[in-house]
Amino acid sequence: MSALETAIAAAKGEGRAALIAYLPVGYPDVDTSIAAMVAAVEGGADVVEVGVPYSDPGMDGPVIQEAVDVAVRAGVGMRDVLRAVEAVAAAGAVPVVMSYWNPIERYGVDRFADDLAAAGGAGAITPDLIPDEASTWLAATERTGLDRVFLVAPSSTDARLAATAAASRGFVYAASTMGVTGTRATVGDAAERLVARTRSVTDTAVCVGLGVSSGDQAAEVAAFADGVIVGSAYVRALLAGEGADGVRVLSAELAAGVRRAKVRT
Amino acid sequence: MTALHPAAPDVRDLPARPEWPDATGHFGVYGGRFVPEALVAALDELTEAYEAMRVDPEFIAEFGRLQRDYTGRPSPVTEVARFAEHCGGARVLLKREDLNHTGSHKINNVLGQALLTKRIGKTRVIAETGAGQHGVATATAAALMGLSCTVYMGEEDTRRQALNVARMRLLGAEVIPVTTGSRTLKDAINEAFRDWVTNVETTNYVFGTVAGPHPFPAMVRDFQRVIGDEARGQVLEREGRLPDVVLACVGGGSNAIGIFTAFVPDDGVRLVGLEAGGDGVDTGRHAATITGGDPGVLHGARSYLLQDDNGQTIESHSISAGLDYPGVGPEHAFLHDMGRAEYRPVTDAEAMEAFALLCRTEGIIPAIESAHALAGAMVVGRELGPDSLLLVNLSGRGDKDVETASAWFGLGEHTAPTDSDERAVEAGRGAEPGPGLDEDQQPTEGAVTNDEAVAGQDAGEQA
Repeated sequence: MSALETAIAAAKGEGRAALIAYLPVGYPDVDTSIAAMVAAVEGGADVVEVGVPYSDPGMDGPVIQEAVDVAVRAGVGMRDVLRAVEAVAAAGAVPVVMSYWNPIERYGVDRFADDLAAAGGAGAITPDLIPDEASTWLAATERTGLDRVFLVAPSSTDARLAATAAASRGFVYAASTMGVTGTRATVGDAAERLVARTRSVTDTAVCVGLGVSSGDQAAEVAAFADGVIVGSAYVRALLAGEGADGVRVLSAELAAGVRRAKVRT
Repeated sequence: MTALHPAAPDVRDLPARPEWPDATGHFGVYGGRFVPEALVAALDELTEAYEAMRVDPEFIAEFGRLQRDYTGRPSPVTEVARFAEHCGGARVLLKREDLNHTGSHKINNVLGQALLTKRIGKTRVIAETGAGQHGVATATAAALMGLSCTVYMGEEDTRRQALNVARMRLLGAEVIPVTTGSRTLKDAINEAFRDWVTNVETTNYVFGTVAGPHPFPAMVRDFQRVIGDEARGQVLEREGRLPDVVLACVGGGSNAIGIFTAFVPDDGVRLVGLEAGGDGVDTGRHAATITGGDPGVLHGARSYLLQDDNGQTIESHSISAGLDYPGVGPEHAFLHDMGRAEYRPVTDAEAMEAFALLCRTEGIIPAIESAHALAGAMVVGRELGPDSLLLVNLSGRGDKDVETASAWFGLGEHTAPTDSDERAVEAGRGAEPGPGLDEDQQPTEGAVTNDEAVAGQDAGEQA
């Protein structure tokens, strides 16, 4: 099993969904962002999405862009990202890089795969790379055994769901709503329908992201998904100046949420 | 494909549609789709509807009628002999896209995409805009066809191009100033994509240039190629031969692709794209994407872009808001790599010199974007000499640029630098005439205050 599959299976063994925390490297600075990732793990996150700052994050809402803009301006790069990956692994969680495609291509696809594997990273989530365009990434991940997580959306046709899930390893990222990242009052049943549709075409784990911010929402999503992905809520804690402690408290709330869900898978 | 323009009787000898992109939108290694999965269904829907519409006689007839009766096509070709004296004696023909309704080539594309929007049953259009020309054109087409319209424009650009913001609002569009990132065109595109992914059920994205994910580069090219199809026929008819060189400015590259496409199969015709060199490519403050950039992925496609070592998009700089973009359409990258087209930078100062020259020698105020192509003609004409025939795409008119030009040249008290033109303030160009004016000419103030005005027939003859 791959690193992500192992982490998600371990959570499943405890009768719960995995908690996946997203934090961008470099906000408010590299060291504090790494401390926040470690705090997210201490609070109960099973997996940390280590976010690569990017100047044009088309899938992200204003909360994440605000934080990432700071990191971009500070010149945060892949070297810092790899340091964060090592720190998350040392803290006992599974690090998976989350990156728009251009920073990876610029760094060099094979070089990225080699360095990420060496740093203890599980693989990468690539929000603007669809499997249709991913031949170099598919080859690099085959060579290194890294996970590769692609996204599915409510608008995906059944044929695309099947093809995207087949190309994915680790888990399939189900974008719960049509829209960008950000906290929402309700997650809605579109996510549950999408998970069901995806499960019907794959045995790969399906994790849900976009819009989860509270323990109750985490519990709601954990009832039907293999993993709950939380991003903007963590970033919001940092933007509010709550620091690593705020991240740890939020992580604990979310971790409690995934544990009290009545799993109906 | 002749089917696209059967209603234009003066277009003859229509060349074939290029064999690129492939079925998945690749121009060699460039193009493609680098987008969130959530947009793929909408892009597929758009591609399928467009491929059906493209060959539908009803669409062809309606598109042809709108181009003729609404836009005013075909646009004329004008020989500019007095301007050409500054081009090494080469003969210069201008393709007059500035005379289109709304004042630029942008209308060609939006009429096509607005018809497509209606065809797929959507009621709202969104658009990004830099200089405001594409936003104005989209707002115009939306008003004409009863569509609701939202335009995203970088906050920086809303200040530089306040006139066009007012025009869009008069036309009933909502203009949203974008305050993320560098607050210019690239960020407006990001925001438009975010709107689209959220509202894709009701909304179509009317993309303004030959960049972005498939099918936009091919579709926008098809809608813009009327420029070159007409011009090729017009030049053949009046000269009995093809031009030696076709020149156009390149930001995203839609007017250039529009005029190049018809000439791509004509091996003897050089295609020259003029990029915005800003303060000079070696200063780092420019928007010359092919000259000074590298291949990468931005805004949904692989092409050349300005990026740093971390793969972050570098902010571009140009006096021309319409060229101030760190990316370029993938077909240009492809034409560049195969050597079919060449791309050269033109600095702000060179563009403004050509801008002033065309105003004073021909009575035509060009868009600053188009002035980059004119500056290219001055250089290429001197290289080739008197026997050469140059065709320049005058992609837009300069009404929108009067304030920027006035600040650059230091004309008149009402055009002293203000907050509305931060570039001029930044460069300290308000008080003194900029370097663009021909130094041998009479002071420009003379021309506007009437005291020592240079007679029109004498202007610009010294160079």
